[in-house]
Amino acid sequence: MTTPHKYVRTKDAPLLPPPATEAGITGWLWQNIFASMADFQSIGAAIRSLFMITFSLLLVYVFFDQTFGLIDFAILSAVWSDPNGLKREACWTVQQGGALPDGWHGACWPFVWAKQKFAWFGPYPSEELWRVYIALAVGTVGLIWALLDRMPYHRQVGVLMLTIYPLLAFILLTGGNSDASLTSIGVWIIGGLAMISVGRVGAAGYLGAIFAETSSVFGIVGWGIIALNVVRGVAAVDFNLVPVGTGDWGGLLITLVVALTGIVASLPLGIILALGRRSQMPVVSILCTIFIEFWRGVPLITVLFMASVMLPLFLPAGVNFDNLLRALIGVMLFSAAYMAEVVRGGLQGIDKGQYEGAQAMGLSYWQTMRLIILPQALTHVIPGIVNTFIGLFKDTTLVSIVGIFDLLGAGQSAVADAAWSTPVQAITMYLYVGVIFFIFCFGMSRYSIFMENKLSKSRRH
Amino acid sequence: MSASNATKMQITDEVIISMSQVNKWFGTFHVLRDINLTVNKGERIVICGPSGSGKSTLIRCLNRLEEHQSGDINVQGITLNNDLKNIDEIRREVGMVFQHFNLFPHLTILENCTLAPIWVRRMPKADAEAIAMKYLERVKIPEQAHKYPGQLSGGQQQRVAIARSLCMEPQLMLFDEPTSALDPEMIKEVLDTMVALAEDGMSMICVTHEMGFARKVANRVIFMDEGQIIEEKEPEEFFNNPENDRTKLFLSQILDH
Repeated sequence: MTTPHKYVRTKDAPLLPPPATEAGITGWLWQNIFASMADFQSIGAAIRSLFMITFSLLLVYVFFDQTFGLIDFAILSAVWSDPNGLKREACWTVQQGGALPDGWHGACWPFVWAKQKFAWFGPYPSEELWRVYIALAVGTVGLIWALLDRMPYHRQVGVLMLTIYPLLAFILLTGGNSDASLTSIGVWIIGGLAMISVGRVGAAGYLGAIFAETSSVFGIVGWGIIALNVVRGVAAVDFNLVPVGTGDWGGLLITLVVALTGIVASLPLGIILALGRRSQMPVVSILCTIFIEFWRGVPLITVLFMASVMLPLFLPAGVNFDNLLRALIGVMLFSAAYMAEVVRGGLQGIDKGQYEGAQAMGLSYWQTMRLIILPQALTHVIPGIVNTFIGLFKDTTLVSIVGIFDLLGAGQSAVADAAWSTPVQAITMYLYVGVIFFIFCFGMSRYSIFMENKLSKSRRH
Repeated sequence: MSASNATKMQITDEVIISMSQVNKWFGTFHVLRDINLTVNKGERIVICGPSGSGKSTLIRCLNRLEEHQSGDINVQGITLNNDLKNIDEIRREVGMVFQHFNLFPHLTILENCTLAPIWVRRMPKADAEAIAMKYLERVKIPEQAHKYPGQLSGGQQQRVAIARSLCMEPQLMLFDEPTSALDPEMIKEVLDTMVALAEDGMSMICVTHEMGFARKVANRVIFMDEGQIIEEKEPEEFFNNPENDRTKLFLSQILDH
């Protein structure tokens, strides 16, 4: 005979504190470090634990050894100044004819200080550098202001940074007073207005149902043309500034111009391409797919090379695009294709119910996208977006191939200076360039994590 | 149901929906077959039937979440065709509540509710918020207005979804299995909300398996199978005296426990 199951709890079981392996510093050490190397229950486990201990210690050693090596080279053993103007001799050992002890190995910073202006701005005329400083200062302040949402009016500042600032920077950097003719600008603007009106008329349904759906494309293109020609118009005004051609730009300035233009342009272009690729309209979808696959299928170097060397051959004589502008457009379209695929990944993660919920309430396609789908899709792919940005930032070094000297290119040509010829000359410059790249890329990476945390906090699931 | 509320539940002569000979295919699969249905203002219709019988597809055709291939659908006198203007107009007048709520997770409850009034009805923000609070109070969760959907229980989310639809002040509400995704203990709060809505005279079409709800508020129950309307009766008559064999089978399957 079995006893019948019967149990009634009369007193709650006590709530106990967690064991030492679960909480506090000991718990952390236990879970994160010792858990993998403290099992001696069997011979196999003991061998594994001993291996883990040895390997961990080895890794710790290598890490500290390398870190110290870097600190020693860059800071402790480095030559920091060259008060006597010795140039390369300041970084020479006794054996090489200088004053430093034999076997010395450290950074030669005076070389970098001497080449600083070149690494940052290339051959930009020194007496006009104040214009670059203003552009950089306004840009830095504006960017930080727009990106920190604790600041008042950060949205408005962001809009200004995307509209007025590029124009301001363009005029400051080039000097404006371009030779664009007013007639051509006028004709283009009228063309843009015409496209917008066609789009409006089409959206109202006067040109047939199929056209009504594509009419927004006309609006977008029309506004794009107008914006571009307003820029051309303003750039044609004489601000009484000395013109500085883009051939005189260089260094970090080029890196920032190329990367920021690419970043700012690739996101909206990528979004439009991604939406287009997912469009129900076969023509739009096929065109966007072809565009994306084409640009993803060719290496950036090829794009830049084609833009710089081949394109002029196809253009009629006398028509001449600026070399930097050609590279910029290449980078822009190239990164837009990558961005489009990242955004498309985000769009595919959105539940069909979100579209239906929005449609059922009567929101239009663009409202649905702007208010419901894109905010969610873009949030989901922030890591991918920033990944593309960082890749783009570093890919700007490829513009060297078409004779535009970005930060790395400028550093490289500085290294060729025989007046500073020492064994550590190249290492020092590349270290410097590497640190600058790292600061920008790491900054973007941290900002993306900050955004992810902020958005995930407000959207707990 | 109190007597005063019952008097509000009046059916008028005004036709709000008329479907005639509506047919729809998914590829080669004939999902809706010869649907003829007229709904008057104030009616509360429950559609039931086995899964795959086309119930959801039918109500989703009413606001063009699905496109029908033949037959005529009229909503509030507007013909439902490819004209985007007509579709938008119909969607403004017809609210819909989904099985999986379809709230927007990146917006607060209040923003979920004010979105359509602001962007579709072009209402000033303050007015939209006042309306949203009115309906959130009506579904009894005004205190959750500033939370995000993910922070609410399933039942609360579905009530928000109802309030969100009501904010557009629709003439007709469509419910697509509103309680099917809910935990059992949350079904009641949603049904109570729907009953209250019916008592206030809202016209509604509900796809649901809640037969208690059907008995309580419906004035017509429609049974569908294989894309056709099989039987259509007043609730008492429907439950006590089903005539078609398929209806009898279905009722015996869902009621005999």
